[in-house]
Amino acid sequence: MITNFFEGIGAYALLMTKVFRRPDRWKLFYRALVKEIQLLGLDSIGIVVILSVFMGGVVTIQTAFQLSDDPLIPTYYIAMATRESITLEFSPTVVSLILAGKVGSNVASSLGTMRVSEQIDALEVMGVNSASFLILPKIVAQLLFNPILIIMSLFLGLWGGAMAGDLLGLVPFEESIMGYRLEFIPFENAFYALIKTVVFAFIIGSVSAYSGYTVKGGAVEVGVASTNAVVRSCLAIILANYLLTDLILTS
Amino acid sequence: MIQAKGIIKSFGENHVLKGVDVDFYPGKTNLIIGRSGSGKTVFLKTILGLFEPDGGSIHYGEEVLGEMSKQRRKTLRQEIGMVFQGGALFDSMSVAENIRFPLEMFSTMTEHEKDARVKFVMDRVRLEGADELFPSEISGGMKKRVSIARAISMNPNYLFCDEPNSGLDPETAIVIDQLIQEITHEYGMTTIVNTHDMNSVLEIGDHVVFMKEGHKVWEGTNDQVLGSTNADVEDYVFKSKLFKQVRTALRK
Repeated sequence: MITNFFEGIGAYALLMTKVFRRPDRWKLFYRALVKEIQLLGLDSIGIVVILSVFMGGVVTIQTAFQLSDDPLIPTYYIAMATRESITLEFSPTVVSLILAGKVGSNVASSLGTMRVSEQIDALEVMGVNSASFLILPKIVAQLLFNPILIIMSLFLGLWGGAMAGDLLGLVPFEESIMGYRLEFIPFENAFYALIKTVVFAFIIGSVSAYSGYTVKGGAVEVGVASTNAVVRSCLAIILANYLLTDLILTS
Repeated sequence: MIQAKGIIKSFGENHVLKGVDVDFYPGKTNLIIGRSGSGKTVFLKTILGLFEPDGGSIHYGEEVLGEMSKQRRKTLRQEIGMVFQGGALFDSMSVAENIRFPLEMFSTMTEHEKDARVKFVMDRVRLEGADELFPSEISGGMKKRVSIARAISMNPNYLFCDEPNSGLDPETAIVIDQLIQEITHEYGMTTIVNTHDMNSVLEIGDHVVFMKEGHKVWEGTNDQVLGSTNADVEDYVFKSKLFKQVRTALRK
C-alpha cells in the first residue's frame, strides 16, 4: 500500500511535467480554456450561490447561539465572528471541497471516458501531447475562475449571514454591517483566503485529471476513477489546508 | 515502405512478439491476421511507436524509428493516419471539427484551404451533409468513415487501421474495406490493417501476414490464402462452416 502510494505520487509528478509544456497551438489552447471556464467555472455559480448564502446564515445562527447568552457581548461581535469564520475557513475550504466533488468528478470521468474510448491514443498517434492539450486548460481554468467564485462566495456568505441574523431577530442588519467592518484587515484576510483558493484549485484540477487520465479498463473503471478523484482531491485539500493555515497564520 | 526486423516484445514474463520480420509495401493494403492473443495489436502498436520493442528495429523508409530524434518522431506522426477500432472520434466535436482537428493542430493552411480540404475528404469518404452532426448522432459505419476521413486529412504516407470493420453489418464492412483499399491505391500509402475478418482478407488483402503466438508463420496475397498448405493458416481460414464449404468447392 505504501509502495503504491509513492508510485502514485511519482506518476502524478511525471504527468505534471508533461502537462506544463508550451501548447502546440495557442489558438486551440485559448479555445479549450474558454470552454473549460464555461464548464467548470460558470456552471458552478449556481451551487456556490446557494451554498454560500445558507452557509453564512448557519454560521450566524451558530455563533449567535454560542454568544447570545452573555448580555455583555455586543451583538455586532456575532457578525464579526461570522466574518472571520467565513473569510478564513468556510468560503475557501468548504466551497473548494464542494467544487472538488462537482468539478473533480466531471474532469475525471471526461478524461477517463476519453482514455477508454481511445480518444487519448488518437491524440498521441497524431503527435499531440495529450496530457498538455487536455489537462492544462482544465487546471488554468480553475486557477483563473475559482478565486472569482470564492470572492463571490465571501460576499454572498456575509450577506446571507446578515439576512439570517436580521430575519431571526438575532443581529439587526446595520449591526451586522458594523460587525463585518470592525477591525477588518482586508489584505491579510483576503490574501489568506485567495492563497488557499489558488492552491485548492490546482489540487482539484491536477489530482482529478490524474485519476481520469490514468484509467485502465472500461466503464466500471471510469466510475471508480471518478470516485477516487473526489476522495483524493478532498484529502489533499484537507491536508493542504492544515499546512497553509500553519504556514500563513503562524508565521 | 515500413520494415519490421526481428521485433521482440515482452510484458514481464509474457513474451508477446518473438522475432517478427515483415515488410509492408507502399500502395498496398497490408493485412495482419491471426487469432486473438497472437500478438497482432502489440505488433501494430510497436510499429506505430506506442510500444518500444525489446529487440529488433522498425524502419520507415530509410530511417530507423528507435534512432529518430523526439522532433523527428513528432513530425513522423503527422505522416501517419490511424483508424481505431471504435473510431476514437472526439465526442465534444462535430464530424467536420473532428476531420479538421489535425489540420488545425499541424498544418499551415489558411482557413479557406482547411475548409476546402475538409470538404474534399468528406466527399471522398461519402460523408456529404454530415458536417454538423456529432459522433453520438451517427451510425457505426459513418463513425468509421469519419475516422478514415480524419486519418487522411493530412494526406499521410502511412495508414494504420485496427479492426476497421468490427461491429459493422456485412454490407457496411465491405464498403469500409473497399474505401480503405481505394484510398491506399489512389494515394500510394503504406496501409497496415489489423483484422481477423476473413471477408476483409479476401476482399482487400494485397499482402497478408498471418501471425501465431508471436511469430509470423505465413505471408502471401488474398488469392494465395485459400490455397495455402500451411496447417496453421488452413486451420484459421477454414474454421467456419462457410469457408469449409468453400474449400470443398475449391477442391472439386
